[in-house]
Amino acid sequence: MTPADSLARDPASGQPARSDAAPRGGMLVRRHRLSTRLWHWLNLVTLTIMLMSGLMIFNAHPRLYWGAYGANRDHAWLQLPRFPGWATLPSSYSLADARIWHLAFAWVLALALLGYLLRSLRNGHIRRDLHITAAEWRPAHLWRDVVDHARLRFPAGAAALRYNVLQKLAYCGVLFGLLPLVILTGLTMSPGLNAALPWLLDLFGGRQSARSLHFLAAAGLVLFALVHVTMVVLAGPVNELRSMITGWYRLPRERSHD
Amino acid sequence: MTEPVSRRALLGTVAAGAGGLLLAGCDRVNRSPAARALLQSAEQAHLASQRLLGGQALAPEFTRADLSPDFRANGNHQANGNPDWVRHRESGFADWRLRLDGLVLRPLELSLEALRALPQRRQITRHDCVEGWSAIGEWAGPQLGTILRAATLLPAARYLVFHCADSFGPVPYYESIDLIDAFHPQTILALAMNGQPLPVRHGAPARLRVERQLGYKQAKYVMRIEARATLAGLYGGKGGYWEDRKDYAWYAGI
Repeated sequence: MTPADSLARDPASGQPARSDAAPRGGMLVRRHRLSTRLWHWLNLVTLTIMLMSGLMIFNAHPRLYWGAYGANRDHAWLQLPRFPGWATLPSSYSLADARIWHLAFAWVLALALLGYLLRSLRNGHIRRDLHITAAEWRPAHLWRDVVDHARLRFPAGAAALRYNVLQKLAYCGVLFGLLPLVILTGLTMSPGLNAALPWLLDLFGGRQSARSLHFLAAAGLVLFALVHVTMVVLAGPVNELRSMITGWYRLPRERSHD
Repeated sequence: MTEPVSRRALLGTVAAGAGGLLLAGCDRVNRSPAARALLQSAEQAHLASQRLLGGQALAPEFTRADLSPDFRANGNHQANGNPDWVRHRESGFADWRLRLDGLVLRPLELSLEALRALPQRRQITRHDCVEGWSAIGEWAGPQLGTILRAATLLPAARYLVFHCADSFGPVPYYESIDLIDAFHPQTILALAMNGQPLPVRHGAPARLRVERQLGYKQAKYVMRIEARATLAGLYGGKGGYWEDRKDYAWYAGI
């Protein structure tokens, strides 16, 4: 949310601050819209189920290929040992059951993403909060943000109202990159959809390429989740969790000296 | 940092505990019949959406340059448990007859020669095993629709059941498709693969190719085709060996 439309509360009284009060450290502000909060927690459940059932499906044939075809005698670019039971759904081997979960929650994942993208287009979330400006794309700005992250110096006060550019890159990468990729490559593995939408095969270079990209996109989402949770812990887990549950976020106080 | 470390540790413990509960919970939900039924209702959404999007669209076809160097055989690699099939194999399937019965006006018994005399469709397609691997092969044989029209389905017929000679246990393999897939132009009874008579490990003398679905639908060692009004009463009632045995989806377009 931007300073312009964020609702701030005075840190002392807890009452909503006057709209012309400048946001400053310690102030409670409305950070996340309801649609963002709902989608976030739905995704936590959905992506966990998709990952764990996906690992069980992978276990049925833990080899990855490029191109249209690929089986045991063909060259696999990656072969992994089977994932352990604590990482899979169900925990003991059942390809059939994993597919039941995976293919049902695939609808939840895809429809929720579609709904969230449409909602975010309409309410300005993409334009105001996620759009990366020309100034932010400048190498000097990107580099400063990298250095700030490396020093664990996070924005405070009014600056914390907005996502920093690395955050925007991560969120945009997931929203417009990894999630559409994981969904489309998943659809590309369907022989029924190969008949209906053959361009998907051309887009990803064949069914086995799509299967490899599906796995890599899932790995990318796991990496995102690890970094995401790490950043939440470093930035103050209680404040961050509250903001994603209730929407209210306490702006970190400005550093007095450095 | 303003958050005390102990709170972080607490959060970590809570997260680990939640993870354990999640695992146990998912396994429990997985066993609940009501939850399974809800999850499995997605199969109808797959069927409806794919039929809506695809209609009678053809599965992609490839060229000889795309053929898998070594086409892995799915399912059983022989049907030695069936004495009739063994006898037919020993005589080169000369006396083998494909039986088409059930809800048809004229039950048929077709020899390999008779099946080969029908117009043959040749198609190079990709076979996708439910496990995840794929292989490209060239298949040739009569369209199933040609055979069905010769027998004339009765109005009540809704499904074609393929009774096979191979088995994983006491029950012979079986699979079923509906009439939309049965009359799809690429649905053939393959008698040849890569220009040769169908090899034993790929289902000799005849196997189903239903190209918009996964490998377990491609019934091998087909002995009999039965037209039925419903899948109820066929073994476990779910329409196929793996469907009954392990709860794989009957519609395997995904």
